[in-house]
Amino acid sequence: MSRARIGFILNGQPVQVEALPGMTLLEALRGPLGLSGPRFGCGEEACGACHVRIDGDSHPCCALPAEVAAGRSVQTVEGLGDAVHPHPLQRAFAAEQAGQCGYCLSGILMSAAALLETNPAPDEAAVRAALEPHLCRCGAQNRIIRAVLRAAEERAA
Amino acid sequence: MNLAYSLATGGAQAAHPLPGSLAVQPRLSRWLRIAPEGEVTLTPGKVELGQGILTALAQIAAEELDVVLERIRLRPAATPDSPNEGVTSGSLSVQECGMALRQACAEARAIFLSVVAQRSGVPVEAIRVEDGDFLGPEGKLGSYWELAGQELLEADATGRAAPKPAAAHRIVGRPVPRLDLMDKLAGAPRFIHDLRLPGMLHARVIRPPARRARLMALREGALPPGARVVRDGSFLAVLAESETEAEAAAARIVSRAEWQVEDSLPEMAALPDWLAAAPAEESMVAEREAELPPAAHQVSARFFRPFLAHASIGPSCAVACWQEDALEVWTHSQGVYNLRADLALALRMPPERITVRHAEGAGCYGHNGADDVALDAALAARACPGRPVRLRWSRAQELAWSPHSPATVVRIEASLDAAGRLRHWRSEITGNGHSSRPGRAQSPTLLAAQYLEAPLPHPVAVNAPAKAGGGAQRNAEPGYAIPALHITLRRLTEMPLRSSALRGLGALINVWANESVMDELAERLGEDPLTFRLRHLEDARTAAVLREVAGMCGWRRGHKAEGVGHGLAAARYKGSGAWCAVAAEVEAAEVVRVRRLWIAADVGQVINPDGVLNQVEGGAIQATSIALKEEVAFDRRTVTSDSWERYPVLRFSEVPAVGARLLSRPEEPPLGAGECSMGPTIAAIAAAIHDALGVRPRALPFTPDNLAAAMEP
Repeated sequence: MSRARIGFILNGQPVQVEALPGMTLLEALRGPLGLSGPRFGCGEEACGACHVRIDGDSHPCCALPAEVAAGRSVQTVEGLGDAVHPHPLQRAFAAEQAGQCGYCLSGILMSAAALLETNPAPDEAAVRAALEPHLCRCGAQNRIIRAVLRAAEERAA
Repeated sequence: MNLAYSLATGGAQAAHPLPGSLAVQPRLSRWLRIAPEGEVTLTPGKVELGQGILTALAQIAAEELDVVLERIRLRPAATPDSPNEGVTSGSLSVQECGMALRQACAEARAIFLSVVAQRSGVPVEAIRVEDGDFLGPEGKLGSYWELAGQELLEADATGRAAPKPAAAHRIVGRPVPRLDLMDKLAGAPRFIHDLRLPGMLHARVIRPPARRARLMALREGALPPGARVVRDGSFLAVLAESETEAEAAAARIVSRAEWQVEDSLPEMAALPDWLAAAPAEESMVAEREAELPPAAHQVSARFFRPFLAHASIGPSCAVACWQEDALEVWTHSQGVYNLRADLALALRMPPERITVRHAEGAGCYGHNGADDVALDAALAARACPGRPVRLRWSRAQELAWSPHSPATVVRIEASLDAAGRLRHWRSEITGNGHSSRPGRAQSPTLLAAQYLEAPLPHPVAVNAPAKAGGGAQRNAEPGYAIPALHITLRRLTEMPLRSSALRGLGALINVWANESVMDELAERLGEDPLTFRLRHLEDARTAAVLREVAGMCGWRRGHKAEGVGHGLAAARYKGSGAWCAVAAEVEAAEVVRVRRLWIAADVGQVINPDGVLNQVEGGAIQATSIALKEEVAFDRRTVTSDSWERYPVLRFSEVPAVGARLLSRPEEPPLGAGECSMGPTIAAIAAAIHDALGVRPRALPFTPDNLAAAMEP
């Protein structure tokens, strides 16, 4: 198959990827780019597990052609922070123990990060609305909402 | 070594029977290893399913060894080295594995202590352990780490070392952050989906368009470069260098496969009738006779629940690699030994030639596709020995082809005497069994086995005996004082749709049905449902959780708002597990919405309070989803609810506020927490719907259609 060379900014660093025909952005991120944060859940943009930020907006990438990323800035959960230097959202999720199996969390964190950038002091309804595209089968939603509100409060403090 | 050990315990203490899984596998080195670098590695046979069990086990071990939690490492279960603890299920991990580790660590500590005492001449009683250092009156005498090379753990547990009393606990009983959570928040590779082995290929399986199907022909045609087809009878898979190419190849193969299909599933609209008519094996679950006063009030009702899906967020996935005649499999199965046994049957090879290693998956909530996909991967990988093959199911396969929790009908007749006391209770449960778990039958239960060139028949699902927690009959016996009762189980002996264990098993319908009948009996008397229950409770701990939840929600709320209702319910999970009471507030408009849940639970001694609360809350939210929305749909050939659109689950906007409390029982044995809130949640929601609308729900899910049907005479 012929490969298209795509360049974009991934978590602040320029990257190049050889995209196969039909390759989704999720496959590019998890395959040649070697990331684990964006997760496959459904392939139909219906569960939120694969959300990444594209030019700041939270978007599913499981059905998005990799070419769409060309020239844009893509952020994944790896770009928020790591265990040693966690992002305030990751810290707040840990503080609230907001998660069980954790499979849905990296997508949720991306929507939460996008929310806090446009609305630094959201109320509970705004958090629920921002997270509506995401499914959490373990039932950690209330903790997740509290974690996002906590992160917002800590940033404001 | 045993000499040193006997010095430590001096034989002064009588040996206790070994707890949990330690009785079967007493060798201490099977459970823990101590490394000179200052680490303790635990090797439990139970596995992390997203429930946080590893954290609780680490707390237990750190407590007994007197080391800080940060020194504890956990090695995922793998054959043949891990203790065989069967399946991680039934909310039994703390009881079976936790108590085994507690004793093993207490014995390990005693052995090391005795060696230090012997070498230093300082008596055992004068030595204390602080973060792995043994300290005498004059200072440090040694450490676990200095003695790590001595193979002191190559000894069997004797039951003579006594674990600490609860009052001495400093790590157990405290909320501890989940050890695995930060990795998952940071996107670190931790799931089986993230496993990347050198030379690994990607595979997809192609399922037939019907449950009963035969692959007749596969038309020739081009595939993406490097992609290939694997076929064994009606089992069909593709292999490729990348996920993209595997997806593309699978899509092409789907359109080239010619299947001969047959109808084999019942009419979905007539599922209760099918359950009544299907061949069944009848058994007595519980029977009690008594001289009875005449009945003054009687309630009889029929309850129905549909097939339910586990609906894991991450589709099932496995990696398999063949080297000559040996197979290595990475899996998120709940039981590595059970899976190995069925892989051996399906692949017709000795189990000793198969290594099965656990890797974490997304939350499974029971027996989902984890085991099935492991056979799929093994079959696909057989075509390219030496190369690891990662096979991941699609969303549609996860929802449609994982085993489902079986549809069930429960009929109950119950009566009160003239004094308003329960006198007789009769119930009959009809449905498929709740276990198709691997490793327990003559023929494998793994999905692909029945589609091979030499097919192996799929055993019909069974139920565990009631005293082992049961399946369909779980929680069928009400926890109330009832002089006479007859509970029968009709397990279907045909299984058109594969059924197996889902969180809560039969408790989901039985607790709801029992508690609904209790409400209806109370209503006949014009008595408050809480008072009526308490009057029939001899079990103080059920009464305690009920009183606690009543206090939390301000039962019974005086002013009643239009369309808003409250209900409560309680049960002791399995009759032998944790106690839980739930109160619900619903708002019934076009659809029912659950606004709030209050939960009180008694799980005995609590290892990790925040972990338990997380499980109890999560179970209640999953139960709310089941109560309001979930139903597996199918036509005569196959399951059609194969997307999130067709199998909707609770979303953020629909999740109720949840307040949960744990009763403090530090001196009682610890019990599992993951399933206890589910039955009472469904029951409390049903009661609240009746309070709001005056209708008793008779069929799950509590949708406008099902509630309208319940209103009809």
